[in-house]
Amino acid sequence: MARHNFGYFAREGLRNMFSHGFMTFATIGITVACLLIMGTFTLVAVNADANLRDLEAENEILAYVDEHYTEGQAKALQAELEKIPNVASATYISKEQAMEDFVANYPDEALFHNLDPEILRDRYSIHVEDLEQQGATLRAIDAVKGIDDITAYEEVADGFIAIRNVATVVCVALIVVLFVVSVFITSNTVKLTTFDRREEIAIMRMVGATNGFIRWPFVYEGFLLGLLSAGIAFGLQWLLYTAVAQGVDTNDTLQLIRVLQFEQLWKPVAITFAGAGMLIGVGGSLSAIRQFLRV
Amino acid sequence: MIRLKDVQMEYENGTRAIRGISLTIEDGEFVFLVGPSGSGKSTIIKLLTGEVEPSGGRIMINGYSVSNISERQIPLMRRTLGIIFQDFRLIEKKTVYENLEFVMRAVGASNKEIRNRIPYVLQLVGLEKKVDSYPTELSGGEQQRVAIARALVNNPDTIIADEPTGNLDPERSLELMSLLVKINQLGTTVVVVTHEKALVDRFGKRVITIESGHVINDSIGGYVGGHIHGKA
Repeated sequence: MARHNFGYFAREGLRNMFSHGFMTFATIGITVACLLIMGTFTLVAVNADANLRDLEAENEILAYVDEHYTEGQAKALQAELEKIPNVASATYISKEQAMEDFVANYPDEALFHNLDPEILRDRYSIHVEDLEQQGATLRAIDAVKGIDDITAYEEVADGFIAIRNVATVVCVALIVVLFVVSVFITSNTVKLTTFDRREEIAIMRMVGATNGFIRWPFVYEGFLLGLLSAGIAFGLQWLLYTAVAQGVDTNDTLQLIRVLQFEQLWKPVAITFAGAGMLIGVGGSLSAIRQFLRV
Repeated sequence: MIRLKDVQMEYENGTRAIRGISLTIEDGEFVFLVGPSGSGKSTIIKLLTGEVEPSGGRIMINGYSVSNISERQIPLMRRTLGIIFQDFRLIEKKTVYENLEFVMRAVGASNKEIRNRIPYVLQLVGLEKKVDSYPTELSGGEQQRVAIARALVNNPDTIIADEPTGNLDPERSLELMSLLVKINQLGTTVVVVTHEKALVDRFGKRVITIESGHVINDSIGGYVGGHIHGKA
């Protein structure tokens, strides 16, 4: 491409957008809708993942120390437990502390208030880094000399993993499908615009314009349409997300759900929308014009 | 120079439009290509512009072998041609200036070349005052002159005009043909496809008559009722 043609292509692309107002409107509308749907699903997936991570963090393994161990011997196990791969933290809880915690959970039950801590055992509260590796970690903890028993909610951990995996697969599949649909719809919309301009393209070919020269204004147009759509979709996504987040925050039955602030997410959302918008716009334009570039 | 050697053209539907035509048009010539409807004139234009490939024979045009030209070379070959159509084929959404500008852009002309060349060409066709008009604001004759300006703007070796006077009244037709003669006198080869007997008669140029896909006459002279009365 000749450098002095750069401005010309940009000008033509911009002018084409305005001179084919309805098609421009239709293309932007469809692209915005697709970006919004994709964006909404992605944000739901991101929030679901964040909530699942919170739940993962709360998934506690209790490793009980042999009751014949002294407090000093029990505390000495900490270093050994922390050395086990996948162990994120191992916190020592004495039998006295465990009793206090237990009683605190039942402040109205006078029956529990004078219990002897000796009926409980010293223990470690252990968190793992990766729930999927929990089985192997449990076996390693169990093998530590001085650990007598383990309580772990493997079925809960497996449930978390299953939910996250399903959510990821569904979101990825939806995003891929919607992306393909967006390119297809944009391509068809641009194809209608291109069809409207087939005479212009035929004239260009007849005067010796190369395919590249013919293609560039359409590429610019697609690029601008994609960027504009991304901007509009981003604004709408922001409004929509904020409204839903407020709704969740103020709803008593949804208090368990933690919604991330849009301020934490706007940069990746903006970059993804801009990238996807431009890709859809340029991809749609290139695919639409291909059939008109035959010699 | 244009050279056709034993050119055959059979379309996919089996129609044999050209049946072994051989002819040569030298640089700087002015030639009328005449013949009745369906004689093969339009097919010859399509062959010369690379829109269709011949089924047989060889075509050379301005140094390019059109019979086995690569896709990449077709735009380069077309840049040696200026093509004028009966229906003008101007881009309605562009002004006169822009209709000429994009043709120069297509061949990589610089901004300075474009600024210098377009006023000159518009002056040549007498449309210097219509530079900012849109095609729909011009008369048929003016539109055809813009089409001529567009064909001329890249200084082609050859101008091919396909029924250029088909949509014009007799006065405008004569005016346009005089303009093409003037361009020819400046050194450009001109090939005019027409069936307008009066015009062909008036100019006394070389006339190639096509009928049923054959050249049935090639001489200097006029065209009367499907027959040529030649001087050479």
